[in-house]
Amino acid sequence: MQTRRTLIALAAAALLAGIPAVSAQDKSIVVSSTTSTQDSGLFGHILPLFKAKTGIDVKVVSQGTGQALDTGRRGDADVVFVHAKSQEEKFVADGFGVKHFPVMYNDFVLIGPKSDPAGAKGKDIVAGLKAIKAKSAPFISRGDRSGTHAAELSLWKIAAIDVAGSDKGPWYKEIGQGMGVALNTASASNSYVLADRGTWLSFKNRGDLAIVVEGDNKLFNQYGVILVNPAKHPHVKKDFGQAFIEWLTSAEGQKAIADYKIGGQQLFFANASVPGA
Amino acid sequence: MAHEASALQLVLSADPALMAIVWLSLMISMAAVALATLIGLPVGAAVALTRFPGREAVIVTLNALMGLPPVVVGLAVYLLLSRSGPLGSWGLLFTPKAMVIAQTILVAPIIAALARQTIEDLWVEYRDELAALNVGPFRRVATLIWDARFSLITVLLAGFGRAAAEVGAIIVVGGNIEGFTRTMTTAIALETSKGDLPLAMGLGIVLITIVILVNALAWTARRAGERFAG
Repeated sequence: MQTRRTLIALAAAALLAGIPAVSAQDKSIVVSSTTSTQDSGLFGHILPLFKAKTGIDVKVVSQGTGQALDTGRRGDADVVFVHAKSQEEKFVADGFGVKHFPVMYNDFVLIGPKSDPAGAKGKDIVAGLKAIKAKSAPFISRGDRSGTHAAELSLWKIAAIDVAGSDKGPWYKEIGQGMGVALNTASASNSYVLADRGTWLSFKNRGDLAIVVEGDNKLFNQYGVILVNPAKHPHVKKDFGQAFIEWLTSAEGQKAIADYKIGGQQLFFANASVPGA
Repeated sequence: MAHEASALQLVLSADPALMAIVWLSLMISMAAVALATLIGLPVGAAVALTRFPGREAVIVTLNALMGLPPVVVGLAVYLLLSRSGPLGSWGLLFTPKAMVIAQTILVAPIIAALARQTIEDLWVEYRDELAALNVGPFRRVATLIWDARFSLITVLLAGFGRAAAEVGAIIVVGGNIEGFTRTMTTAIALETSKGDLPLAMGLGIVLITIVILVNALAWTARRAGERFAG
């Protein structure tokens, strides 16, 4: 009995020891990023290139932009890589981030059933959203404080439709989930949904969905990268994190981003050198 | 894992990324079960064999904790291990160890509650005998656990099943980091969100197969043990 207990204890210790250990000397950083960068496969393309160059492992935790920034705020990531400019600026202004660097952009697309019951096709995004509201055509909202959710809400605002108040109705469903789940939900219920192009292009369960509105400059989606402030969280690996940011915004990193394609289509457009991006 | 590959192809080709995920899943769940046994078995035995005020309430609580919502446990462990949390300096968030901790919390009540029931049932059977032998309480617990060992294997398997199947806690505390904290269940959640439902389902079937294999092994060991023990 005693021996058995000892054996179990030894087994537990052995199991824990067998699990990869982490130490402060680990040449790795944690990057909290958005579901769009992960689900679109961009990280799978660029991170091996960065690792080959610097030997630094980048561990990506993909979350909605709101949650990704919160992870940085708590000090649980070394770098945040997100897309919601006003929230990013606040993050830096509040002292949680060192400096905001623009990296790239992609664009949002309005997805909907091929039959287009709202007749939104061919319109600009504002007119398209108005058409959806006019027909009370089903619309799936991320509802998760992500960058895409923030962009969607600001587009409704431009269209003067109050989805949280007077125009609320069963046609507008907030699901509180990531981009992929929102697309799955739209696909299963033949609804409209705002998606980033990258996730849409790599999404496989499209069912009867297609792009309804694209190319409107209001659908522009800027990504930025920020080092979590070591003054606030001293354990932040600032050298490795800084190396990642420098690489992303360097000619080499920018080329790696631009080279990523799905089915011949470029997903992200590097613009680190564009002032004010 | 390549997007285009089916789950079957991944298994047949022993895809290294998939094998690493399977291995990590097994290690985390088994470590959690081992730790949960160290905590849960003594607790279960103690509650089974002692009488104290509020015992009924403890039993009801243990039984209820078997249904702890994984996402709540995940969130609690997250807040605890976060750099801004009380144990932040340990630097365990988004590591496999954090996942073991979360799963241990989920599994320990299952082991404690089921072991309590198993040992108590056996105690009813043995009471007179053990009383006649006039053995001390520690001996008594040891004898009961030893004699219940084959039933207790089923208890451990119930705990393992819970650990291997759960995603809510480990995705929160592990972060689903590729090559580091990605397990079978978090990979399935990820592939589902990418809309690759066939690959997600295929991985699900691989997971179920592994759980069946583990149970078959445990069953075989139990049968062999019973024969050996006569």
